[in-house]
Amino acid sequence: MAEEVKKIMFTVRKPPHGSIYVYEGLEVKLIMAAYDADISVVYMDDGVFALKKGQNTKELGIKGFEATYGALVDYEITKVFIDRESMESRGMTEEDLLIIGEDEDTEEPITPTVVSSDEIAAMMAEQHNILAF
Amino acid sequence: MKLAVCIYEGPYNHEASDTAYNFIQAAIKRGHEFKGIFFYHDGVYNVTKLMEPPQDDRHIANRWSALGATGIDIVVCIAAAKRRGIVDEVLVPNVRISGLGQLTMMAIEADRLVVFGD
Repeated sequence: MAEEVKKIMFTVRKPPHGSIYVYEGLEVKLIMAAYDADISVVYMDDGVFALKKGQNTKELGIKGFEATYGALVDYEITKVFIDRESMESRGMTEEDLLIIGEDEDTEEPITPTVVSSDEIAAMMAEQHNILAF
Repeated sequence: MKLAVCIYEGPYNHEASDTAYNFIQAAIKRGHEFKGIFFYHDGVYNVTKLMEPPQDDRHIANRWSALGATGIDIVVCIAAAKRRGIVDEVLVPNVRISGLGQLTMMAIEADRLVVFGD
């Protein structure tokens, strides 16, 4: 008997650079998206910086991953959310958000969806499991 | 309850590995079942037999190996391990290297996936 598809959420709360958590966390998302699970990702706290466009890690001498973020939709990671309060308290606006893919039909660029902490709490309550990075 | 554990931090440097171990022991005593233990990030360093801590301290790798001997599936992420020089040859017994698909299965099959780390 087919079981219902499990909802698995990732939270990203750490800044994208300075530690490897966010980068290796991205690798987990890309793999899990290939499985039969309902994947969503929420960026909050310093994690919102991971969704800032125009990142350049050249001077840091490390491999950046902004390009992979640009292909999240291609990896079938379409439920990408960012916490409004975390974003605004760090001086970021929707204009700062990078593109995570494009709409299959309209070819319109897709950016992360800005949500409130109440909306995040409601989504969290529905999850089977949550992984934090 | 069916549980799974994911450990992000290396041994001795951080309490995550100890806390996870104590959590697992306590949960087993309470009758919970473990679908697996997954080491990620610097957590992959927890199960190398090359570690040689002072004799009057706990031996973290041997402790995980003993837990694996009881039948709990202990998995080291291959991508994280390769990055850090952890290969089959340096692993303690009862631990295996595999892919993130194993963590995915744990996240799907366990009622609770408990993450230890920063």
